Amino acid sequence: MNEPLTKLTLSNGLQVFLKEIHTSPIISQWIWYRVGSRDEVPGLTGASHLVEHMMFKGTPQFPLGASDRAISREGGYHNAFTFLDWTSFFETLPADKIDLALQLEADRMFNCLFDPNEVGSERTVVISERQGSENEPLFRLSEEVQSAAFRVHPYHHEIIGDLTDLYSMQRDDLYHHYRNYYIPNNAVLSIAGDFETQVMLERVRELYEPLQAGSSPPRLVRIEPPQAGERRIAVEGPGETVYLQMSYRAPKADDPDFFALNILDSLLTGPTNLNIFGGGVTNKTSRLYKALVEKELAISVNGGVQATIDPYLYTTVVTVHPKHTASDVITAIEAEIKQLQDAPPPAEELERAMKQARAIFAYGSESISNLAFWFGFAEMFATVEWFSTYLDRLAAVTPADVQRMAQTYLRTQNRTLGVYLPNTPEKS
Amino acid sequence: MTLHSLPSPDDVIRRELDNGIIVLTRPNLSSLSVVVTGYLSAGAIFEADDKLGLAGFTALSLMRGTAKHDFQQIYDALESNGASLGLDGGTHSIGFYGHGLVEDLDLLVGTLAESIRQPVFPSDQVERLRDQFLTSLAIRAQDTSEMASLAFDELVYAGHPYSRPEDGYPETIRAISREDMAAFHHKHFGPNGMVISIVGGVNADQVMNAVTRFLGDWENPDQPAQPELPPVTPLNSLITRQVNIPGKSEADIIMGTAGPPRRSPDFLTASLGNNVLGQFGMYGRIGESVREKSGLAYHASSSLSGGIGPGPWLFIAGVDPKNLEKVIELMRKEITRFISEPVTSEELADSQANYIGRLPLSLESNGGVASALLNLERYSLGLDYFLRYPDLIRAITPEVILEAVRKYLDPDRLAIATAGSFTADN
Repeated sequence: MNEPLTKLTLSNGLQVFLKEIHTSPIISQWIWYRVGSRDEVPGLTGASHLVEHMMFKGTPQFPLGASDRAISREGGYHNAFTFLDWTSFFETLPADKIDLALQLEADRMFNCLFDPNEVGSERTVVISERQGSENEPLFRLSEEVQSAAFRVHPYHHEIIGDLTDLYSMQRDDLYHHYRNYYIPNNAVLSIAGDFETQVMLERVRELYEPLQAGSSPPRLVRIEPPQAGERRIAVEGPGETVYLQMSYRAPKADDPDFFALNILDSLLTGPTNLNIFGGGVTNKTSRLYKALVEKELAISVNGGVQATIDPYLYTTVVTVHPKHTASDVITAIEAEIKQLQDAPPPAEELERAMKQARAIFAYGSESISNLAFWFGFAEMFATVEWFSTYLDRLAAVTPADVQRMAQTYLRTQNRTLGVYLPNTPEKS
Repeated sequence: MTLHSLPSPDDVIRRELDNGIIVLTRPNLSSLSVVVTGYLSAGAIFEADDKLGLAGFTALSLMRGTAKHDFQQIYDALESNGASLGLDGGTHSIGFYGHGLVEDLDLLVGTLAESIRQPVFPSDQVERLRDQFLTSLAIRAQDTSEMASLAFDELVYAGHPYSRPEDGYPETIRAISREDMAAFHHKHFGPNGMVISIVGGVNADQVMNAVTRFLGDWENPDQPAQPELPPVTPLNSLITRQVNIPGKSEADIIMGTAGPPRRSPDFLTASLGNNVLGQFGMYGRIGESVREKSGLAYHASSSLSGGIGPGPWLFIAGVDPKNLEKVIELMRKEITRFISEPVTSEELADSQANYIGRLPLSLESNGGVASALLNLERYSLGLDYFLRYPDLIRAITPEVILEAVRKYLDPDRLAIATAGSFTADN
């Protein structure tokens, strides 16, 4: 972990981060594109996610299924993620096989076929993925809260898109999206693991530098106006269990308040885990666990704030105890928030939150895939320094900052409150 | 990488304490953290039919209060240090998993020892947990995948302990008293059959010292051994069960049969064959047929779990209810092909390369190594298993696979469980 992070930008605008780590004979490559559901207009919701799927459907060099087979054959694993602000593809392989991943991603950036027949079959795969999510009450609730919380900003719609658009989008819509955003000057390449930087850099230049830069991608700028009052929604569906989601408008990731809000979240619902590979910590001594679960108002409580380009949401999700109502839970949460608004928390509570954050950071540092993830991830909404200074900025948060966060963000007028209500008659 | 950097007798330490506890450890001194994981021989296999869920309920109650500390004190010590520990009930054992920074080894082993040796099952905590348990069962009743899985187990393992859900049913969870838990703990918890695997930035002396101090004097002379498993009655035909859950967009299919246990000579061969059938690349032949060619499902794969007894060989897919029959037929067709002709040499070479090549990745983390060591012990594979493993895989031929899988798979003798919202139209 002592080798410095090598940062450079190739002549075509591709940002590159290389980090030598020699603890395991493994290398992980991540490529990040600055495109996500925030870039989609009505009619094309879900396009970024569907494009991500289509990018597994073949190029002339790696025909349909060839990349899956090649990665598996070498004992690696790979996957892709589409988020509000970004789309990312990664491969983790034994170190001596990493060239396959470099070739694959350099090829995939420009040469995906988008065969119309494949678009047809992948459309139904994604519809099936959405149907699977719709089976979950918490997906239904979260989708409704998100759309109520954002009237104007494209954060309004779910990443997977609306069903009507999934049915109507055409091959050329998707291909256009691909050509607009999948260009080197809109991407970040992050590689960590068991390599020599100069050797890796030469290979990266060889494969990625010939790729031509494109015009700056179109950006949808629709600023969400301030929220003028609480919004409440209800979702009805099958089951016996009531769920509550409370989502407050939150600062964007590069806002100094983001770090103080993270500490506040740690106090309320337990520490945030930024790891995608690596462990976290339970939350049974957090304030809301004690106030809700220990008091038998709730079965479970979780919360967290997402790191995003534009202000998004600080969300708490509660499984309501069958002997209580969502209103009981709301009252109890409000009482806890009021305590933090009225007086700063003890300094020891912040020290404890810092200890937890450091431990989680240590767990995440032991996975090469996770380290490669972090460098590119931070660059999507801030810069890589956001990540390297993360613990220091958390440590700088004071009890007064936490109180100010509760006063500024956790106001009733600033939230969207959603309740999932079962409509299945209770069994006798 | 040389294969000798994989866990081997050169760097894995296995010790048996005087009371029978097996300790496995492999130092990873560059690591800042440590994983403590393992199991006790006290699972759902010991439960009475009217108290199903007792082992799992007991496991969850262990950290709710001990003779020395109450619930909040236990979790305050762990969470304040960024450490984590949990226990969970399985069919044959109760498992535990914890991680923390290296300086918290004593905290992890000490908390584990206190929880499994001196739990007090406080009534208020037990009742709180019962409500949580019952809510999780209410959520299970709405989960198409879980409900299809329950139905599948009842079909394939009729009359066998594997037919019973480890989480029980609402009525059995309601019937369990704190006295039942205390009695279950008193009788079944003990050092016999306990295995603990500790991997991370700690050396073998530190590990042995901690385990011996906290668990070395534990005894339970009355602890019973694992019962013999009865045979599974083979299926004679296709048997189906449909679980209707209103209001669901997607239906889940879980079909299959009982497969070979992990210790069976057929297991590795069948597992490699299954990789061709429903795992390799984006889920093997099954994924190719159902997802890639037909676009009928987001997930479609097959899996072989092995285990102490004849764990299931599953074929699973999540589909639009109107495509249910089509997908079942596609999967049955692939099973027919799989038992009719050998896999191609290219398919076999791909899966062999996958099985051998993925070892370094699966063993990158402390957790990955710790759980691999547990498997070596649980299934008597030997500490040199990872050194022998590539040759074991390379020795498997298409003909050997065909011979092995024909013993288990038959497209006309399968259990097919489905769960979702079904109407007369589908």
